[in-house]
Amino acid sequence: MIEIENLSLTRGGTPILRDISLTIPDGGIVAIIGPNGAGKSTLLHCMAGLLAPDSGRVLIGGKDVHKARENDRALMLSLLTQTPGTVPRLTVADLVGFGRWPHHRGRPGATDRAIVQDVLGRFDLDDIATREVETLSGGQRQRAYVAMAHAQSTPWMFLDEPLSALDPKYSHDIMARLTQIVSQDGGHRSVLMVLHDLQIALRTANWVICLRDGAAIRSGPTKEVMTSELLSTLYETSLHVGDLDGEPVIVPRNPAFL
Amino acid sequence: MALAGLALLAGASLCIGATNLWNTDLDSGLVLAVSRIPRTCAAILAGAGLALAGVVVQQAVRNRLVEPGLTGTPEAAMIGLLGVTLIAPGAALLVKMSVAAISALLGTAGFFLLSRHVPPRDPMLLPLVGLIYGGILGAVALWLAWITDLVQFIGIWQTGEFSGVLQGRYELLWLIAVMAGALYLLADRITLLGLGEDYARSLGLNYHQTVLLGLGIVAICVAVVVVTVGSMPFVGLVVPNIVSRIWGDNLRQNLWLVALLGAGFVLGSDLIGRIVRWPYEIPAATIFAVIGAAIFLWLLNAPRKTVAHG
Repeated sequence: MIEIENLSLTRGGTPILRDISLTIPDGGIVAIIGPNGAGKSTLLHCMAGLLAPDSGRVLIGGKDVHKARENDRALMLSLLTQTPGTVPRLTVADLVGFGRWPHHRGRPGATDRAIVQDVLGRFDLDDIATREVETLSGGQRQRAYVAMAHAQSTPWMFLDEPLSALDPKYSHDIMARLTQIVSQDGGHRSVLMVLHDLQIALRTANWVICLRDGAAIRSGPTKEVMTSELLSTLYETSLHVGDLDGEPVIVPRNPAFL
Repeated sequence: MALAGLALLAGASLCIGATNLWNTDLDSGLVLAVSRIPRTCAAILAGAGLALAGVVVQQAVRNRLVEPGLTGTPEAAMIGLLGVTLIAPGAALLVKMSVAAISALLGTAGFFLLSRHVPPRDPMLLPLVGLIYGGILGAVALWLAWITDLVQFIGIWQTGEFSGVLQGRYELLWLIAVMAGALYLLADRITLLGLGEDYARSLGLNYHQTVLLGLGIVAICVAVVVVTVGSMPFVGLVVPNIVSRIWGDNLRQNLWLVALLGAGFVLGSDLIGRIVRWPYEIPAATIFAVIGAAIFLWLLNAPRKTVAHG
């Protein structure tokens, strides 16, 4: 369980996060949604302990993220940030291997090697394990980074817009693997992600947090939260949650551009 | 193969010089012990040290076009050296060297802080910023030297060459061997720096401590080189780029190649400098600047083969 208590952050006189208090259950996929500039990435970085808040605290499994030592924190959560500018010249196997760093601190043991092998297999990276990350396509590269975060074997995996530059095939591929991870490992693994694709959030997330102007205006189970009314208010444009052959879909209603 | 190449160069370096070793009038053993062996060791150590310093700054600021000569490190070391020469002219070499290393670290740390405000979009921007930053520090050093009549020192520190290396006057360079050992222990951590601050920290690395340690090693390597033989541009830029291009960025595997190649290039440059105008000499730094510039142009333009390696 993640507990956020009165989290506030101000940068350059502008409040980015305003007094956020949330309780997020373990086991499943949690999506943070909201319009551009709502503070979604900032909240994720703050929850990951990389940004210190002005006030408030974040507890993961009862432990304060900002008071934990770097290595202890790396055993609580793994992080995937938005695609890095410079990609290191490392092989896929080396990159995934670095996911084990907090466990072995430079001296990988048999368990670490076995886990890396297993993760490479699970993410279908065996064939490209000796290729350099730099030489991969955007979709394969993202898969390799998600595999690294998975190899870290932490209870929580935080992903910042993991689908932003991917085509539908690779987005679905990544989401399918994440869904598999949270369902397979007996509820020990949970995923928290900033998502722009509402359709994917609606279909895959168990829990949704709605952020607007730095405030969490709603948080709860997806079906309860993602309603036509709430989404329309959140994004200030008319959105309709409908039904297509029994599957929920989101469509714009009377958009201004038509 | 690289090791054999270096051994060959070292052998040649021992045999070639203004005096003929096989001239029976001379005590060849003495020439070897006092001049040739120290000179060969100095070139190997300086080359390895500069190349290793290069790979560390490149990983720390995540930019392959940066090297210690573009981070204000040698200039800051010179300011420290001038300062200690003015305040305590009689200080032991080790004291001067320590002051130089500390001021080199301050200069490099200043560049590192500056680099965090340079947008990473255009990789050419950071080296340009470094060029200006180093230029400003260099101007301060020159001004200090000018008002205190020490300008000739600046000339000596700026041009790396090995003709003055004699037994008893280069031993500080062995600190580089110690630094190389320390760097080997830090190899994974330096590679992690290259993944960027967010990843390094979320993988449990104490980011600021690692950066400080890495830059400390850079400062010591550069400061000893400046103090003993004079600074040499391009080595820290070209060598890590060649290694990264061919063998990748995993430093635990490649650190020794960086050191070896750096040593080979500098020793080779010193050898060429000794031969082309025999019995006179051209500074190794001048020779390497020519070779380095050519290699660098090739690195900038040649497409990289997409190699697979394990």
